[in-house]
Amino acid sequence: MAILELQQVTFNAIGHQIINGVDLQVNSGDYLTISGPSGGGKSTILKLIATLLTPTSGEILFNGQAQAAYQTTAYRKEVSYCFQQPTLFGETVQDNLAFPFTVREQVYDQGKVQHLLDLVDLPEDYLTKKVTELSGGERQRVALIRNLIFLPKVLLLDEVTVGLDQANKAIVKKLIEQVHTDGVTILMVTHESDILAQAQQIIWVKEGRIVDETAISE
Amino acid sequence: MKQLSVNNLSLVFSFALVLIGVAISEREKLGLTKDIFYSIARAIVQLVIVGYLLKYIFRVDNVILTSAMSLFIVVNAAWNAYKRNPNQYKRYWDSFLAVFVSTYVTMGVLVASGAIKFVPSQIIPISGMIASNTMVGIGLCYRNMDQQFHDQHQQILEKLALGADTKLASLPILRASIKTAMQPTIDSAKTIGLVSLPGMMSGLIFAGVDPVRAIKYQIMVTFMLITTTSLGSIIAGYAAYKNYFNAQAQLING
Repeated sequence: MAILELQQVTFNAIGHQIINGVDLQVNSGDYLTISGPSGGGKSTILKLIATLLTPTSGEILFNGQAQAAYQTTAYRKEVSYCFQQPTLFGETVQDNLAFPFTVREQVYDQGKVQHLLDLVDLPEDYLTKKVTELSGGERQRVALIRNLIFLPKVLLLDEVTVGLDQANKAIVKKLIEQVHTDGVTILMVTHESDILAQAQQIIWVKEGRIVDETAISE
Repeated sequence: MKQLSVNNLSLVFSFALVLIGVAISEREKLGLTKDIFYSIARAIVQLVIVGYLLKYIFRVDNVILTSAMSLFIVVNAAWNAYKRNPNQYKRYWDSFLAVFVSTYVTMGVLVASGAIKFVPSQIIPISGMIASNTMVGIGLCYRNMDQQFHDQHQQILEKLALGADTKLASLPILRASIKTAMQPTIDSAKTIGLVSLPGMMSGLIFAGVDPVRAIKYQIMVTFMLITTTSLGSIIAGYAAYKNYFNAQAQLING
């Protein structure tokens, strides 16, 4: 059964049609890579799926039900969006990693956080490190585990490896592979050729439309 | 008590002070001459009307008329606070509720404690003092909030994407805006008597009241202004942040 389904989705902003009649079906456990020229509407598709934007027309279904049927905050905990060049808030790394617990009104779980820090090769003392002192790669890793403290059903990744060096990129890719193995459905926007080369299923988006779908058999 | 002696002739002479302002504007090419004359003319007209109106209300001493005049001040203060909000999706009723509640809660405490009496000569000036301070505080709260929603746009989006509700996502902005609104009142409370002799105390001393008696009123005013600014900015802030989001918990213009 499809976990996500986009039905004739369009999105207009400031008089321009950004997304133009997109149909897409994503099955539970899929790892979908979305690519295409800049300004083609890839990030907008992710933001529409994340309910950070609302389609002008058409419908997006999650587990067979329209987005509107869900409470927005509950939906966003299940369909989690990780930004390109994310912003870390508060003062320290811990402020960021404690936020998902605050959102769920749960007590901060040091063990859970520690496990995720290990997965992205960050030592425990990083929790007290000021966010302004982090490198771009460390920042991206913290932002990513912030989305993964409570595993979502769907993880939307918007160019999360852009600008990272090979070492940081390898860590991030390994973490994404890990959560995919854990059953999380992944939709990843990327331009990067090495990631595209390893993708199983690629959606090409141009001028607000899906122009091609490529499924690479294993 | 020594009588104050501001007659029409001394007023005309004091107009020379305005001419100094005009001369500076002309010399420095500030382009404010028209604005200075307009604001002076407007102030004179407004004060003359208010003077005669207050004279009539004080003479009649009617509860409904006193309340209506006080409410008129509140409505106007709320309107001016509303106009200071840069958010295009602002709502007048947010400002009205904030000014109304903060003014009348404070007034209620003052009347109930016997600090002031429900007579027009006390209720109306105190209403003006409270409402104008609330108005300034709320205006600061709105401006700070708008600036921060603009500056922290991405951060708010990320919090929403993590499943935060709009209140949790806006909380640091809300706190900073309320703090900004209250800071001038707190700062001025710290310097009262050292730097400034504020309006009410100066007025009483000017009218010949013993300074030791005048300070009691000023202490009351200080309590009153801290309460009213905090109440007003909290109510306005908690109402106004919602105007940055739509019903789908998305940032408007996000």
